[in-house]
Amino acid sequence: MTPNRTQIIPIGPYHPLQEEPEFFKLHVEGEKVVKLDIEIGYNHRGIEKLAEGLTYDQVPFLVERVCGICSTSHPFACVNAIEDVGGFDIPERAKYIRTFVGELERIHSHLLWLGLAGHFLGYNTVWMWAWKYREPVLDCFELLTGNRNHYAMFKPGGVRRDFEDEDLPTAMRILDGLERPLLMFAKIAMADPVLQARLKNVGVLTYEDCVELGALGPTSRASGVPWDVRRDHPYAAYDLVEWDVVTTENGDVFDKVVVRVLEMLESVKICKQCLEKLREVRDGIDANYKEIPPGEGIGHHEAPRGEVFHYVRSDGSNRPIRYKIRAPSFMNVPTNNRAVVGYTVSDATITLAAIDPCYCCTERTIVVDADSGKQLMGWKELLRLSQEKTRKLMEKYKSRMDRVWI
Amino acid sequence: MSLKIKALTKSIWVFHLAASPCNNCDIEILDLLTPRYDVERFGIQLVGSVRHADAILVTGSMNRKARQRLKRVIAQAAKPCFVIAIGNCSCSMEMFANSYNQMECLDNVSEVHAYIAGCPPKPEAMIQGVVALIQAQLAALKK
Ligand code: SF4
Repeated sequence: MTPNRTQIIPIGPYHPLQEEPEFFKLHVEGEKVVKLDIEIGYNHRGIEKLAEGLTYDQVPFLVERVCGICSTSHPFACVNAIEDVGGFDIPERAKYIRTFVGELERIHSHLLWLGLAGHFLGYNTVWMWAWKYREPVLDCFELLTGNRNHYAMFKPGGVRRDFEDEDLPTAMRILDGLERPLLMFAKIAMADPVLQARLKNVGVLTYEDCVELGALGPTSRASGVPWDVRRDHPYAAYDLVEWDVVTTENGDVFDKVVVRVLEMLESVKICKQCLEKLREVRDGIDANYKEIPPGEGIGHHEAPRGEVFHYVRSDGSNRPIRYKIRAPSFMNVPTNNRAVVGYTVSDATITLAAIDPCYCCTERTIVVDADSGKQLMGWKELLRLSQEKTRKLMEKYKSRMDRVWI
Repeated sequence: MSLKIKALTKSIWVFHLAASPCNNCDIEILDLLTPRYDVERFGIQLVGSVRHADAILVTGSMNRKARQRLKRVIAQAAKPCFVIAIGNCSCSMEMFANSYNQMECLDNVSEVHAYIAGCPPKPEAMIQGVVALIQAQLAALKK
């Protein structure tokens, strides 16, 4: 096989496939994909560095904007990390509210993915359906938190807003109304011949691949790896409610659909239990911690796409001196290299989307010399860039200096 | 030119351009196309190529890497073409203004015809923004 038989199909960076810009280079031989290059970086905003300029109360707002689809996951892990520094405990009511918001978000995120997966297959009926049933979930968010997305509910030590008693029955009704469509989706996924034909045995990821590459979330649970940090390392109210970890065996795209649909049903179960508990538990929503002691803390949350990990180091002041984020897509994106290679080009789109990638979360920057593989830009250079930018801003906004925080 | 703008106000085809957003504005744009809001009723449709587009919806603030590509994509659009900045990020860079990797607002890269603020703006706000843009264009034509 001569090398020039391989052709390259570029996808991106601005393409109709996914919302965020990213660049895939598919190396194909005829119809078959033999190699895949992934290039990201169109979304890098330097969030870790920005977090060091903010106070602990402001950081959750910033990390919320790492990614809009799972916009509670990052604040969830962030407050877990900050509370871990001081070993703080929070009121039980706040725990239930946190769990409720986290799980409701899983439903909205999985429905969103289900719709997009249908869209990628050219099966727009699934897209419209899934997003139609997603709207009530967003209504529920708007009712309870005040915004459809970016709810800004979390703060170190508790939650920012309480749920009103009179809103709870409406929320319960919305959750009840969700069960029927979710069961319908479960049936569709199992029986629909189009989905069967397009998804079965496509993009298979084996148990060993998952373990080796450290895949997380539904991506690994579809291959039978029962990792779920909600169960393995309980936080908030996850050890106070009844629920199961969903796993399937085959590891193909079809199983990833099944895992997500079943997970949504589990989430509805958790949400309902939380609402029941919220009627009785009334011990405040905020522990009102004033000082964060020096030290380090880590926080996890099982986001819809897998485990989010946050690390924070404090020196006793009101700002973190180091902040580190690892999002699940960072671990899941490399699995594309196994899942896409060997299948046809037409399967590539859905397989690339099957891990529910979030490139907004995954972005990080590293500048290397392509020939020698040497890292050119390290922490020091980034710091210098950051200081340069600050200087430029200061010149630009001199008149407004008293109002701009630098 | 004016005839073209008049035609544009009938059925707008939009192209969605993400310049380092957080994804949320983007999914709210997609939300517009789904059954609850269904802007296809008004002839607004999302197209896959910028060459077919009458309006470009830009979300997110721009970073170093995206900036050059963004300029090229906007230049490729058939003119006249409206550029609409969606979300606080593309209007004013929001909380990313001080980041080392962030370049500048959308205004500095291309002409912007409408700003829709919000983080993320509600779908209703986006519809209102587009309606306001169309009305402004029609009013300008009448003069
Ligand atoms: S304006 Fe808000 S929702 Fe929109 S991209 Fe920026 S941070 Fe995300």
